[in-house]
Amino acid sequence: MTDIMNATVLLSNFVIIPVLAYGSQLALGALGVTLVYGILRFANFAHGDLMAFGTMITILVTWWLQSIGVSFGPLPTALLALPVAIVFTIAMALFTDRAVYRFYRRKRSTPAIFVIASIGVMFVLNGIVRFIIGPNDQQFADGERFIIKARSFKHMTGLNEGLAFKVSQGLTIGIVFVLVISLFWFLQNTRTGKAMRAYSDNEDLALLSGIDPEKVVMVTWIITAALATIAGTLYGLDKSFKPFTYFQLLLPFFAAAIVGGIGKPVGAIIGGFVVAFSEISITYAYKKFLKYLVPENWAPEGLVQFLSTDYKFAVSFLILVLVLLIRPMGILKGRVI
Amino acid sequence: MSGGYGGADILHDCNISVDKGEIAVVVGPNGAGKSTAMKALFGMLNLSQGNVTLGGEDITCLSPQERVKKGMAMVPQTNNVFASLTVQENLEMGAFLRRDDIFQTMEHVFELFPILKDKRNQAAGELSGGQRQQVAVGRALMTTPEVLMLDEPTAGVSPIVMDELFERILEVKQTGIAILMVEQNARQALNIADTGYVLVTGKNKFTNTGEALLASPEVRRSFLGG
Amino acid sequence: MNNVQRSVLSFALIACLLLIVGLFQSWSLMLSILNLCLISSVMALGVNIQWGYAGLFNVGTMGFAALGGVAAVLVSKGPVPEAWAVGGWNLIIAAFLFMLTVTLAIITYRRIKRGTLRLLVLSGTIILGIFATRYFSDPAIADIEAVNPALTGYLGGIGLPILFSWIVGGVFAAGAAWVIGKIALGLRSDYLAIATLGISEIIIAILKNEDWLTRGVKNVAGLPRPVPYEIDLQKSDWFINLTEWLNSNSLYGLSSIERADLLSSSVTEFSGIYVKLCYTGLFAAVLVIILTMSVMALNSPWGRMMRAIRDNETSAAAMGKNITGRHLQVFIIGSAVIGIAGAMLTTLDGQLTPGTYNPLRFTFLIWVMVIVGGSGNNLGSVLGGFLIWLTWIEAEPVGVWLIDGATGWLGGTNPIRLHLMDAAQHMRLFMMGLVLLIVMRFNPGGILPEVTKVGKLSN
Repeated sequence: MTDIMNATVLLSNFVIIPVLAYGSQLALGALGVTLVYGILRFANFAHGDLMAFGTMITILVTWWLQSIGVSFGPLPTALLALPVAIVFTIAMALFTDRAVYRFYRRKRSTPAIFVIASIGVMFVLNGIVRFIIGPNDQQFADGERFIIKARSFKHMTGLNEGLAFKVSQGLTIGIVFVLVISLFWFLQNTRTGKAMRAYSDNEDLALLSGIDPEKVVMVTWIITAALATIAGTLYGLDKSFKPFTYFQLLLPFFAAAIVGGIGKPVGAIIGGFVVAFSEISITYAYKKFLKYLVPENWAPEGLVQFLSTDYKFAVSFLILVLVLLIRPMGILKGRVI
Repeated sequence: MSGGYGGADILHDCNISVDKGEIAVVVGPNGAGKSTAMKALFGMLNLSQGNVTLGGEDITCLSPQERVKKGMAMVPQTNNVFASLTVQENLEMGAFLRRDDIFQTMEHVFELFPILKDKRNQAAGELSGGQRQQVAVGRALMTTPEVLMLDEPTAGVSPIVMDELFERILEVKQTGIAILMVEQNARQALNIADTGYVLVTGKNKFTNTGEALLASPEVRRSFLGG
Repeated sequence: MNNVQRSVLSFALIACLLLIVGLFQSWSLMLSILNLCLISSVMALGVNIQWGYAGLFNVGTMGFAALGGVAAVLVSKGPVPEAWAVGGWNLIIAAFLFMLTVTLAIITYRRIKRGTLRLLVLSGTIILGIFATRYFSDPAIADIEAVNPALTGYLGGIGLPILFSWIVGGVFAAGAAWVIGKIALGLRSDYLAIATLGISEIIIAILKNEDWLTRGVKNVAGLPRPVPYEIDLQKSDWFINLTEWLNSNSLYGLSSIERADLLSSSVTEFSGIYVKLCYTGLFAAVLVIILTMSVMALNSPWGRMMRAIRDNETSAAAMGKNITGRHLQVFIIGSAVIGIAGAMLTTLDGQLTPGTYNPLRFTFLIWVMVIVGGSGNNLGSVLGGFLIWLTWIEAEPVGVWLIDGATGWLGGTNPIRLHLMDAAQHMRLFMMGLVLLIVMRFNPGGILPEVTKVGKLSN
């Protein structure tokens, strides 16, 4: 009996909780990517660096708050800085749309042109972030680190395996849950939300119905920028902030969005968890887990690992490529425009 | 009006008009410029010559969205519903420009097309072809337009559905809206038409009441099949 | 101003800029920049062949360049006999099993109809295949990597001259392109971009982790050279005499000690320059060959057909042209060119460092070169390669110099000034992005736009 419980705790600690946390992070990022793809109709390569930009502002404001002695109790001070960062990031997103993308929208350029333009925006944002805050690792988390510590868990339950649940993980899962529900409520029940869905569904008919495209685009960027800032901050709190990481996350985001069905918000959520689950479960070494469940002489010799952890990132690229080949529409049959 | 898509003119001195509570049908062989004429009336392409008036007001310079505000409604031939939105949401989007209470109008549309009321919460993309056309027309009616323009509404539907659609169109006419229709199924369309325009290579060839055109041996010979 | 005049003017400008670098900084630096410009131009040519001829949006340049680098290692380095003895056979068996699994999987996918049976058989085949392959490969790899890990720890190569690897690099890249193209070319352009980006990341991840192949992040250094070593030059008489003759003016009338000093420092400096010049000659030769072939191909019936397909795919298909096949052809050729450039780069570096392959420098920067130089125009890509690389490298010193001048009045230890000086290097990213955006907006054809009719200018 204790063996099964130990095995469960082990799996929870190294697979289930990380999947929930990482899946939430991917879901949030994928949401931003999928919204822009569905409504603005292009793959936004600058999304990662928009996240970096938003997180940078959060960090700067957090440092300032910390310097004047403000704190948020057990929760990270960064949460207090978020609203300010969101405002700045929205401004940046709206500015880049006005300065760059609107021109091509009016010209009805091909998607490839938009992507190249977004690469330009990516360079610019990356340069700005590195210029202001530098290319190095930045730590800005404070407050309590753990909700439950592994040691306390072992103490409480008397089990061999400990369960650690970090504050950042809890925050991520909680905040993403709330955000997703709010976003869906917005899209399903408000006039603007429905207009956005209509515009994404059938652009010409939406224009015919009198839907103002510029307003839809503006609301899209506002939501995307807010999501990007929150996602970047949560990721930075969980791991750390480094400008280059956010570009690397782009591919798992795209993978999640495409797996779930590009252009569909629900798809982004599902895709996020599918990718997170695959990444973690394929690179986890099940040796210890199996040892708990299986009689002595059947115990495995090797690590029982499909792919080494070095390939963690490669797994999401692999999934992405596989989905693009086998079922490009994704799970929820998103529309490939 | 004369005009085209940017290269050579497709329409040459083409004249089309329709009055309130009437149905005008535009027919003609393939490539005659029927859809082009419709798009020109709606402002989706530029006129090289001529003008478009609505209720006496010259609207030639207005964009399609502005013409919608003035009281024109258009049902395109393809992609004329929001497939991923429910029937009700489609109607709501049709009334997007209106800021007042749209409940009455929606009830009116449900009276005209009862099957839409049954399926109000189903995604429009899941409906059959004929039902989708009803959603498309219903969407257009939500702005309480003065003129309703239909681009080949019976394209690709079965004969029974076509008859049903034409009956509905007649009911819409009863509410006092002017209806302008481009159609391939000339015979059935001219049957319900008050005025018929036969277009050949962008010019008016015959203009008369629907009955007269149906009876005319010339028209019958050229493309009604005798 | 027509294209010919523009080309001449642009290249003259580049030459001037290079001269300025040589005069104000150093000739050695100028030659280094020139060599990398040449390599970048070849890469840009490869990308242009795919984008300009066929409208293929390949964002995986990094992977193909890396494959070229792998070729350089695998061709030029000698084999490591102990490694082969210990793990060679097992690895070959594992490779065979892997190929078998892939073949079986493809057959299953094609033969059995869509449904649960196919899914089961497919998963079963793949899982069994992976376990079977790893049964042989895991111990083989562990053994190979255990052979003298500090110095080797890998299988080594075939020990042929490194120049040969340039062609092999092209072949490797072409092979990879065939596989990738077969599976990914049907995708819409921005999906193809994402797919190629992902695949190139996978290639780099494999290079970093499979030590038994190319030592992973331990890097393979000391690759043999196609040009002389500076040290050898400094010792050879003919070279010393050459330096003496070239510097006869400055050596004239000096005392014997001063003369000896000046001569030896000149020899050292000149040896460096001489080596770089040799590389320049080699790279320029490759560039000229590839450029000539590209231009000839573009103006041939084949080239016209490719552009017809790009401009109106439906009509071309209706006329019976095999679109997929042609796209694959172009994809392979373009990738091969990139592979050659990758091999050239590794040759110049003298080592393979998987860690340096990042998408910014190897993929996106090349795209900026193609767009700014003139997409669809071969000479434009070369121009773009020169101009953008020069800007990229010089942006840092120039930026620092500018900020130095602008903030001089703040005083030497002002924290803002120090931070700005530090951050100047990041401005080049910002600048590159701005350049790309500005060119795309106001001059989308690039500096040398595509020539749509032979002899006439497009818009």
